[in-house]
Amino acid sequence: MEDRGHLLSTAAMADFVADGFLRFDALIPEALNQAAWKEMKRLAPGKLRRALHGLSGRSGALEAGPLAQNSPASLTPLEDCYPAPSALGEVLRFPAVAGIIESLVGANPAFDHDFIHHIPAGAPRGQHLHVDAVLEPEAQAFDIQLFYFPTAVAPGGGGTRFVPGSHLRRARAEGIARYQHVVGEQHYSGPAGTLLVFHQGLWHAGQPNPSAEDRWMYKIRLNPRGPQQRLWNTADLPALHNDPRDHSFAHPGSDTVAQRLRRLAPWQKGHEGRYEQMQRAALWRYLTGDPAFDVDFYQTRQRVREGALGPGPR
Amino acid sequence: MRQQLLYLWLAESALDAEAVAWALYDGAKGKGLALPSAKGPEAPPYSTGLAALEDGWCLLQAPQAGAPVGPDGARLGELQFQFIFERRVELAPG
Repeated sequence: MEDRGHLLSTAAMADFVADGFLRFDALIPEALNQAAWKEMKRLAPGKLRRALHGLSGRSGALEAGPLAQNSPASLTPLEDCYPAPSALGEVLRFPAVAGIIESLVGANPAFDHDFIHHIPAGAPRGQHLHVDAVLEPEAQAFDIQLFYFPTAVAPGGGGTRFVPGSHLRRARAEGIARYQHVVGEQHYSGPAGTLLVFHQGLWHAGQPNPSAEDRWMYKIRLNPRGPQQRLWNTADLPALHNDPRDHSFAHPGSDTVAQRLRRLAPWQKGHEGRYEQMQRAALWRYLTGDPAFDVDFYQTRQRVREGALGPGPR
Repeated sequence: MRQQLLYLWLAESALDAEAVAWALYDGAKGKGLALPSAKGPEAPPYSTGLAALEDGWCLLQAPQAGAPVGPDGARLGELQFQFIFERRVELAPG
């Protein structure tokens, strides 16, 4: 029998759909954190050099510097990235990490890109809020981005700022730069070995690091290569997955997916928040393959009404 | 004379609706009136746009009426209800 112990639960998947991220504190053991951190320091100059070369638009060969050792090309199947011996490869193949990846984008997604984000102690400037997605397709299929912190990050130590629940908004990459503060935003801090998993659309920004400790983070983006349907441990799906009658103004469920998708972020208020629920319901339909799923009847009402119209001009 | 700007994003289009995001810019570089400070990570400097008016900020821009909701109307973009306020301040001598 297949071991599904490391896959995410239905409840965790619903939380991801609602919040746009999942957090796993101290997931990676310390010995592996230390080895990965060492490898990150070794790979960082080469990754930076290649990114600067690409962004500069210059022709000609890369300037001399560290080799492109072990750095995968985009579209490489994940299982071929960072072959042993590689501590970063070991992190990506760590059973709990592999289970998270498989649940969200399948067991062997495509490598998109990765980068090593180093914020030296005392770095005064942070990034503006932005979203990495750039182009937001109509389809529900999504990428994930893993943010792995091999060392502890203290509060105020340059941890990533992010806005829970922002991932289903359609925004230009830096159109959101002017939001200096959003009620309910988070600034990451946490123990060594923590993993954040973001939906591609989550608003985020690197922060200044006034602390005395350098901040290191490894970020990797992964593309699904097949439908992201029921890839997680669905043992609890029948108990949690609700039918379209789960409706706040009629008969709301309690321990249902709809109830989790109703949980709004502090900046999502009142009627505006219902549009968020509709987007979440649409994403849950994609993930479960259930076209009738709904939260608070908004999409079902339209379907019922369309049935009443019949043929003829509308 | 210098300009100070306060952006408030409110939960609804009404000026007395709750603030959900904010930004401040100080053209006086700290040499004019002190900018209002946030009342904690969850609390903007003003709880509503009206509270900013009551504290002496002048409204510079209010959001336009949104487009009617069409087939794709449930899809949200950037924060919708952006109000921009200004305060013109004299520079402190010296």
